[in-house]
Amino acid sequence: MANKHTVSFKLNGNAVDVVVEPRELLIHTLRERLAHTGPHIGCETSHCGACTVDLDGASVKSCTVLTVQCQDAEVLTIEGIEQDGKLHALQEGFTEMHGLQCGYCTPGMITRAYRLLQENPNPSEEDIRYWMAGNLCRCTGYQNIVKAVQHAAEKMSSAQA
Amino acid sequence: MIPRQFEYHAPQTLPEAIALLQKYGDTAKLLAGGHSLLPMMKIRFAEPEHLVDLGKLAELRGIRDEGNELRIGAMTTENDLIWSALVQEKCPLLVEAARLIADPQVRYKGTIGGDISHGDPGNDHPAIMLALGASLVLQGSGGERVVAADDFFIDLFTTALEPDEVLTEIRVPVPAAGTGWCYAKLKRKTGDFATAAAAVLLRMKGDTVEDVSIALTNAGATALKAREAEDSLRGDKLNDAAIAEAARQAMSICDPVEDQRGNVEYKTAMSGEMTQRALRTAHERAAT
Repeated sequence: MANKHTVSFKLNGNAVDVVVEPRELLIHTLRERLAHTGPHIGCETSHCGACTVDLDGASVKSCTVLTVQCQDAEVLTIEGIEQDGKLHALQEGFTEMHGLQCGYCTPGMITRAYRLLQENPNPSEEDIRYWMAGNLCRCTGYQNIVKAVQHAAEKMSSAQA
Repeated sequence: MIPRQFEYHAPQTLPEAIALLQKYGDTAKLLAGGHSLLPMMKIRFAEPEHLVDLGKLAELRGIRDEGNELRIGAMTTENDLIWSALVQEKCPLLVEAARLIADPQVRYKGTIGGDISHGDPGNDHPAIMLALGASLVLQGSGGERVVAADDFFIDLFTTALEPDEVLTEIRVPVPAAGTGWCYAKLKRKTGDFATAAAAVLLRMKGDTVEDVSIALTNAGATALKAREAEDSLRGDKLNDAAIAEAARQAMSICDPVEDQRGNVEYKTAMSGEMTQRALRTAHERAAT
């Protein structure tokens, strides 16, 4: 097998193995080999955040991560955010607060916001704007995205109380 | 966009990484966070035949307190720096700079060591290292050497690193208590490189400058230490005229490249403006 690597990692809790060239980007593995098309390809230059996934507890742009770097990793995509057929508070927030229009950026937005709320369950508006700044949206003007994250933060903290 | 073919190596120890560099020489590149290197590989600005991934070397990540010195592993990420209470307490300049680098996702991957070793004058840590008088620990087949930041940045994408060397640790002298600090960075948007930026450390005695350190980002082929500007301030009162003169001195060493961020005159002027702003903010934060 010429210059190919077998890479094993967990995708939304399920063990997967892929055989890839070293140059294959994680976004392509997810979309084209593993049929997880939630993470989108936007700019391909690590600017737009549409391809954001959670990798070992960190939000990363999967267009700028090699799949071979993911050996033994835990990868979470938008497909793994809902639990038992029930929408996550963030997904509900984006729906309730009109946090999307065309929806192209939304999987990246929600996946990024998921990690943000893990790290800071009660973010200020300023925190949200600063820590969501790696995700671009060309429709909403961001106002309702901020509200959606706030909605989710409130719902998650009241569920815990 | 997909890079050209290369071979991937994931050493489990530092000696293994160095052995791979020895074997493959300048056909190999080290992979740290990858957020400068992989984009360059996509557009064929970089075409290494071998990538040596430092990601498995846990010993290269972390921050240690050595009293008057912080020792930062080269694979420590920007977000690690931002969230470190130790760094915030001992060297807030590093935190302020890291917060202005790239965007949240990039900061989870981007490392201080990668930012320094890349040799890109648009990166922010080189000027921070010059301002702090940091030293850099390089390990290679010939053993370990410690190089002052002043001697590390040689030219555009050229550093003191030999092809078989790895930057393993950054040693930051902790600024004296009461030292003011600021990293003033002008950028067009989140994620952009600096149009111009200035790092300042400032120690005051009453209204007189006891010591000052000034370094500039993206104003030349490497980060620049603005020594004449520092000399013009030391021992004198810090007032508007002195700050303006320091900015003029800083601008006199600028040699930026015209690009979509502006022409030479504009970028030079902004280096002066960032120097002024950083000096004023550092002054507000300094004990007298």
